Amino acid sequence: MKDFALVFRNEAGSEAKIAPETFAALQAEWQKWVGGIAAQGKLTSPGSRLGLDGRSIKPGNIVANGPYAEVKDTLRGFHVVKADSIEEAIEIAKGCPILTVGGSVEVRDIIPVETRYPIPQS
Amino acid sequence: MQEKELIPQLYRSEFRKITAVLCRLFGIEHISIAEDIVGDTFLLAAETWGFKGIPQNPAAWLYTVAKNKAKDFLKRNAIYNEKVSPAIQLASENTNEVEVDLSSNNIKDSQLQMMFAICYPGIPPESQIGLSLRILCGFSIDEIADAFLTNKETINKRLYRAKEKLKEDKVKIEMPPDAEIDKRIDNVLITLYLLFNEGYYSSSKNAVLSKDLCLEAMRLTYMLAENTSTNKPDVNALLSLMCFHASRFDARIAPDGELILYDDQDISLWNNELITNGEHFLNMAARGNVVSKYHIEAAIAYWHTADKDSPEKWEKVLSLYNRLLIIEYSPIAALNRTYALAKVYGNEAGIAEAEKLKLENSNLYHGLLGELYTGVDNKKAIDHLTTASKLTKAAADRKVILKKIEKLKAG
Repeated sequence: MKDFALVFRNEAGSEAKIAPETFAALQAEWQKWVGGIAAQGKLTSPGSRLGLDGRSIKPGNIVANGPYAEVKDTLRGFHVVKADSIEEAIEIAKGCPILTVGGSVEVRDIIPVETRYPIPQS
Repeated sequence: MQEKELIPQLYRSEFRKITAVLCRLFGIEHISIAEDIVGDTFLLAAETWGFKGIPQNPAAWLYTVAKNKAKDFLKRNAIYNEKVSPAIQLASENTNEVEVDLSSNNIKDSQLQMMFAICYPGIPPESQIGLSLRILCGFSIDEIADAFLTNKETINKRLYRAKEKLKEDKVKIEMPPDAEIDKRIDNVLITLYLLFNEGYYSSSKNAVLSKDLCLEAMRLTYMLAENTSTNKPDVNALLSLMCFHASRFDARIAPDGELILYDDQDISLWNNELITNGEHFLNMAARGNVVSKYHIEAAIAYWHTADKDSPEKWEKVLSLYNRLLIIEYSPIAALNRTYALAKVYGNEAGIAEAEKLKLENSNLYHGLLGELYTGVDNKKAIDHLTTASKLTKAAADRKVILKKIEKLKAG
């Protein structure tokens, strides 16, 4: 089993366009989907949901306003799941409710800690 | 009252009080001596009372004898000056006479401190439960062996090893400082939760004993809720959960000891007082901004005390199980979630989710699939139930499953 990040993107402020009851249903769907992953013992971390108050810091200490409003693929959050292969992780990602409201899911492998910080042998 | 009934009763109520006070006085290295002294006290009571009749205040008699025996031990003990806790040395320097304080306040304090000492992550959970039953609940070794479905020797060995480890690690009998309580109480709550479950889902045939384990777990949790420094939201949440579960005690066990499933229970046997208490503690648990797994489990248990079946109920329960699983995976929660999901979305959806769980070695997994396949594909239902009956260890559970199989074959 390896860890994969499911990274969610959607148009910033897209929630505002959704009717409140649809939004509540979407939340329930989302919880059901994550609950189903967790029930298989495959949720490594629920990760985080990102808010929309943001700034971008660029070289030269230039601080720009948040990367949203006009941006279609604003980063919205992530979960970390366990899967045997990226194909299995993709199958899991296909159930994500964000896909029903115009968003997207990016599946990325996570580099295990020991490879990230190799212990010097000499 | 005859001394034959009185002594076991006093043993259950007083053994733990005196033992906790003596343990605290002697220090963690002398738990066994504290137990022996209190044991001897009861032995002497049995002998003396048989002769001379029961004293006017039997508990006070026990306290006096135990106090004297404790003082004798401290005086006689050659290693007294080196090894006995500094607190006693300090006290004895001043008065040359140790005070054995058996006031109700000191008893409570000592029991709470012992609770923190025993629920020590350095010893295995089953040892923490065993020691709790012995020291905090005053159970006999026979009763503990019965509860764990094992023999006296195993329990004696287990408790001996646990006490040695506490001694080795120099575990202190004291209240953790306020700043550490939140962290330390976690482990105490886990042990109390397991103690309760040991009773509630007991595979022991002794129904009275099983219920006693639950009541003891509730009593100890209540002690934490009563004390200001330990009255935390998750303590109240756990207590609430226990009350809700316990409210079904009388409805879930038939007179012949057989388990009655939730759907078949007589609601009029549910204990409303415990349900009300559960609601009270759930409200208390809501003060603060922590949502622990006990909060979620208590909320699930709350819904189980409401109407047996309503769409709203199962939607709430499903959502709570989703949240519980996101906090912490457990096979039981995964199976229960799937049951709730089937109640909301139908058996076919439930089967699809259940088969993803891949818990082939669990009797409960096959039990669930047997349940879900009933009415959808009865042949598969029988297959799963048969596997479940083979994997089940508890005789009462097996009976329930075999009954279901019979019913399916007949229908």
